[in-house]
Amino acid sequence: MSGTYAHAPGFIAGDRPKIVTSRFEYEDSYTLRRFLATDGYQGLRAALGRAANEVHDEVKSATVLGRGGAGFPAGTKWGLTPQGVYPRYLVVNGDESEPGTYKDRLLMERDPHQLIEGCLIACYAAGLSQCFLYIRGEMALAQERVAAALNDAYAAGYVGKNILGSNFSVDIVLHWGAGAYVVGEETALIESLEGNRGMPRLKPPYFPAAIGLYGQPTIVNNVETLANLPWLMLNGAEAYTAIGTKTSPGTRMVAVSGHVKRPGVYEIINGITTFRDLLYKEEFCGGIRNGNQLKAFVPGGGSAPWFTEDQLDIPFEGPQAGAAGSMLGSGAVMVMDETTDIPAAALTLTRFYAHESCGKCTPCREGGTWLERILSRVVDGKGTMADLDQLIEVGTSICPGDFPHASNAKLGISAVPFPYKMNTICFVGPSAYAPVNSALVLFREEFEAKIVKRNTIPVTAVGAAS
Amino acid sequence: MSRFTEDNARLAKEIIGRYPRPRSAMIPLLHLAQQQSGYVTNDAMVHIGELVGATSAEVYGTASFYEMFKFEPVGKYLVNICGTMSCALMGSEELMHHAEHKLGVKVGGTTSDGMFTLEHAECQAACTEAPCLQVNYRYRFRVTPESFDSLIDDLSAGRLTAEIPDHGTVAKVLQHIPADRGVGAVPPESVTEAPEWLNGKAAL
Repeated sequence: MSGTYAHAPGFIAGDRPKIVTSRFEYEDSYTLRRFLATDGYQGLRAALGRAANEVHDEVKSATVLGRGGAGFPAGTKWGLTPQGVYPRYLVVNGDESEPGTYKDRLLMERDPHQLIEGCLIACYAAGLSQCFLYIRGEMALAQERVAAALNDAYAAGYVGKNILGSNFSVDIVLHWGAGAYVVGEETALIESLEGNRGMPRLKPPYFPAAIGLYGQPTIVNNVETLANLPWLMLNGAEAYTAIGTKTSPGTRMVAVSGHVKRPGVYEIINGITTFRDLLYKEEFCGGIRNGNQLKAFVPGGGSAPWFTEDQLDIPFEGPQAGAAGSMLGSGAVMVMDETTDIPAAALTLTRFYAHESCGKCTPCREGGTWLERILSRVVDGKGTMADLDQLIEVGTSICPGDFPHASNAKLGISAVPFPYKMNTICFVGPSAYAPVNSALVLFREEFEAKIVKRNTIPVTAVGAAS
Repeated sequence: MSRFTEDNARLAKEIIGRYPRPRSAMIPLLHLAQQQSGYVTNDAMVHIGELVGATSAEVYGTASFYEMFKFEPVGKYLVNICGTMSCALMGSEELMHHAEHKLGVKVGGTTSDGMFTLEHAECQAACTEAPCLQVNYRYRFRVTPESFDSLIDDLSAGRLTAEIPDHGTVAKVLQHIPADRGVGAVPPESVTEAPEWLNGKAAL
């Protein structure tokens, strides 16, 4: 298939503007040699040729949305640091572990220097005097590639003291994680980086930009967010905002997995590409496998409420996805075709969040486990109708009120918009309930069938063979 | 020997020196301990506590939070089969059954020759290449029963030792900051001024 590279399994190029994946076509894209031959560190040079506050303004006017999940503009985030408080730190969130998501891993494995350059630009613009690059523990290759790139960049004078001979000096320290999903939450990430159990901090303060690492102002940015900065510095905010829409400019990386013909990671146009484009167009996934029908899809990582064909025409624009009852999250779409056992599929996600609960908040620690147990029972054909009510009751004790869900014409239900209210500090608890609620709202009859026919039908595997 | 060897103690001090506060080196040092012994020993945790200024209970408190740290020996090869949604949709449950059969252990178990430990893993960030697994955190994509069997056979025969190091080795390349290039870490309280380059002028 054109545009696939054996050296970058999973990534599918295509004939679209590339901001962060432009070097993926080269087998040696991770080397300093290739990086320098393809405009590498030129964005840094451009940035250092301007005053720090001008660089910050450029990033602000480009509205670079955070690519980690919340979609908060990076330039605005940098501006939340209190005046006159130093030192300030940069913590790079490379603890990518949201179910369905992988783009940061590819960016670290395939183009580590681009990330390093992005870190340097951020440190320069926001006056951050040390950078900690936190990479998920299970990503051995990413750690090796980033370590090698840092070693080369230090030796060549791009990182460390007096970068490019200027008065800009910053260390980038590679830090390993050790396996804990919740550490992707930025305050948990900071706790982990301080050598503690990775549990989210009580809010307020809402942003570690005010009080973060060692109690100092700290910017936490996602890998993909930072990877955008070199291109932005070289080409300017105007060129950046010319791609995509005004509120969602640029591109973003999206991983599409599950029952599509061509699962892969694509760099798509923000705000414009729709889910229908992504799932059905030949340049993307080319439709559902085996000519099957689409049943449902998770639009933004395992935490996101589900969509069905009614939502296919929504573009990758945060507010639109939110109004429709879900979120774009971390850029991960998981597709379920007509053969999918919906309660069993929901269980694979709920089990994940129940397992990953850090245990700090009771509604999540207890509620997540309850949801998993009750749902397991139902999936195993041992449930009762009361179990379905119990699922909702437990979910409501994690997230009071109506939980966001999509509209559905066939069922005659309208959307409950994002976000939800929550009784927990972070999003792990609500995320355990999101798949349960979506599945119950959209496919209640499948749960009832498992209960009514209890034990009389074999429980099919989550993904039937065809 | 489960305290750090001389070489590892030197490396541990180098790692600690990169952070404004020593305790931040806790997780990297736990990885180093696991690399040395294949799992994290009590003696190693005591040693780490001495190095970063924490009690051994605090070190264990942190270590026990994270999935990757093991406190008793595991197989030379830790086989983690992903079971989260994308992999489940593509048949990871069947793959797990097959793996249990091939290795002759239940999930969580270690083969009697100490070669393999089989684990259920959560999302490994390779969702388009489902079902996927990791052996000592090295990926295998779109795994079929046949490719699983040949992977196990190759590992057993020692044919993959160059690619897949023993359990505990996290990264084969480590960061080294040259003394003449590094800025160096200082405790946050010793910095009060804005960095030099925030002076309203271009740095270059």
